[in-house]
Amino acid sequence: MAKVTMIEAINRAHAWEMAHDPTVVVLGEDVGINGGVFRATVGLQEQFGKDRVQDTPLAEGMIAGLAIGMATQGLRPIAEIQFMGFIYPAMDQICSHMARMRNRTRGRLTCPVVIRMPHGGGIHAPEHHSESLEAMFAHHAGLRVVCPSSPARAYGLLLAAIRDPDPVIFLEPARLYRLVKQEVADDGLALPLDVCYRLREGSDVTIVTWGAMVSDTLRAAEKLEGEGVSCEVLDLATLSPIDHDTILDSVAKTGRLVIVHEAPRNCGIGAEIAATVAEHGLYDLHAPIKRVTGYDTIMPLSRLENDYIPSTARITDAVRETLAE
Amino acid sequence: MKTVAEFEIKYCQFLDAEGNLAASAPPLARDSGELLKMYRFMTLVRAFDTKAVNLQRTGRLGTYASCLGHEAAHVGVAAAMQTDDVLAPVYREFGSQMWRGVKMASILLYWGGDERGSDFSAARQDFPYCVPIASQMLHGAGVAMAMKIRGEKRCSVTYVGDGGTSEGAFYEGLNVAGARALPAVFVVVNNGWAISVPIGSQTATKTLAQKAIAAGIPGIQVDGNDVIAVRHTVGEALERARRGEGPTLIEAITYRLSDHTTADDASRYRDASEVKEAWTKEPLPRLRAYLMKLRVWDEAHEVALKAECTREVEAAVDEYLSAPQPSTDAMFDHLFARPPKSLLEQRELARRYAGSAGH
Repeated sequence: MAKVTMIEAINRAHAWEMAHDPTVVVLGEDVGINGGVFRATVGLQEQFGKDRVQDTPLAEGMIAGLAIGMATQGLRPIAEIQFMGFIYPAMDQICSHMARMRNRTRGRLTCPVVIRMPHGGGIHAPEHHSESLEAMFAHHAGLRVVCPSSPARAYGLLLAAIRDPDPVIFLEPARLYRLVKQEVADDGLALPLDVCYRLREGSDVTIVTWGAMVSDTLRAAEKLEGEGVSCEVLDLATLSPIDHDTILDSVAKTGRLVIVHEAPRNCGIGAEIAATVAEHGLYDLHAPIKRVTGYDTIMPLSRLENDYIPSTARITDAVRETLAE
Repeated sequence: MKTVAEFEIKYCQFLDAEGNLAASAPPLARDSGELLKMYRFMTLVRAFDTKAVNLQRTGRLGTYASCLGHEAAHVGVAAAMQTDDVLAPVYREFGSQMWRGVKMASILLYWGGDERGSDFSAARQDFPYCVPIASQMLHGAGVAMAMKIRGEKRCSVTYVGDGGTSEGAFYEGLNVAGARALPAVFVVVNNGWAISVPIGSQTATKTLAQKAIAAGIPGIQVDGNDVIAVRHTVGEALERARRGEGPTLIEAITYRLSDHTTADDASRYRDASEVKEAWTKEPLPRLRAYLMKLRVWDEAHEVALKAECTREVEAAVDEYLSAPQPSTDAMFDHLFARPPKSLLEQRELARRYAGSAGH
């Protein structure tokens, strides 16, 4: 089995599905001969031709709108948006049409589309290249929002997203694209959507996180283990809908909850998790819920981005604080 | 300096406001069978529209966007299309939809506040109405892209209004359709008014057809009240698209004889004299006069047709009014193919409190 980076795993998932499903097409800016600015689609145009891997004109709203038209004709478009900060012009198409088409037509027309884009900071990119806007999508009915945290989950969850009959916003942590290599079987097996992944069993505290923050959280958990603290780490993976059952089960066991995300705190997905645990698991809690998040500021330019992204120290401190309660 | 590119915009009219036919008219102008079919539909659309406004005024329909005066622009476009082409409308192209088989009862159901109205029994690949202005331009382009990828001889036809030409999506749609030579036709129905904003305030361009030039595609202006010109022009654009020669932008000039919607009062912002003048150019009398000249139509036919249209519309209204109220499940059941558990829980909650508003 080959060891691959997340970006290679994403590329392989595309290639597998395109080879096995002739309705799958790729569109976006520079996805053709250039293979995407992060190389997620490298080699696909060569293998599958210019009809199925289309370099589009430069307009994000247009890319999303085209994907809608193509999907209603029975294709399964995978659209790449170059950076998450550029998603705003596409929001009208995604929220007003893609997310609503099945409901508006009583299932007559549907949009099995994947909109992929890099997510988060930490790669010293220019302005508007490092945003974490998952809550914006999670707030809209009719969308699934998915965020992998490893090469294997990127491969399996992307396959699941492409095969899903409804639109999926697929957020790829840019910081993880080339961070680690992992053995990933290129076997076309999808991983389930709508469920959390338990990455570490523990008994003292539950930490829920996703995307790039998973690696920082696992590092924090390891460090805390040395102090005798047993952390259970859940990778949320599907950010909408949230697998509340797994989180509530875990909190029932540990009695403590820390939520870690890179996105801003205000109205973030952490708030939804905390509220649900307060509604359904309050009496399981031994201590108040803690959130470790990005600040409610504009994502700074690169000199301060690592001070914006929650550090391992912030995570370990939050865990220690809940244990001290 | 030298001129590196030059452009011109042509205007097409065959049937003038008095019903005189131009010598250059295409064979369609002599095909009385087709002309009568279009005239019957235009008359039916007029009867439907009048009734729909009446239903709204009497509290039996929600806010409704009248198509009064647009009958030729709408029927002419649909008549030029093939059944398996795809239509992406704005929200008042009832004549196009009815020609393509969408039931009047469905149209009323939508404007009566029920999503089932967009689950057409015919033209099932056609798009539902598009309320966010001009965003449908990209859907039409995307549909055409799918057709092109598959090498099909089908086309998309997308409507947009004069106000819609100010939106970015309008240009994005034209641009990508041109860049990829997509089998798409875009029809701007220029009815002079975007709610209260007249076309002169919308743009500095002399025509809307010339917006095509920036996208590198042909643009043509047509008298949108002349159904022969509309059908001929759209037909030629569709043939061109089917030959693989790419998209066309057609500006159909007509006039919004009604308010923007039943929630609007156009007397606040436009002169009665302008509306009166527009009534002298509307599409039905000119076609009727021409059919009478051809001796295929007379007053007796007219009386019979109006009675027939009334019967058809009344039957549709009965069907609409007898549609059962949707259950609250209708909010949840078509959101996802695989609804998440949280949604099913909320569906239960809605069932429990169904009908409790105001209590």
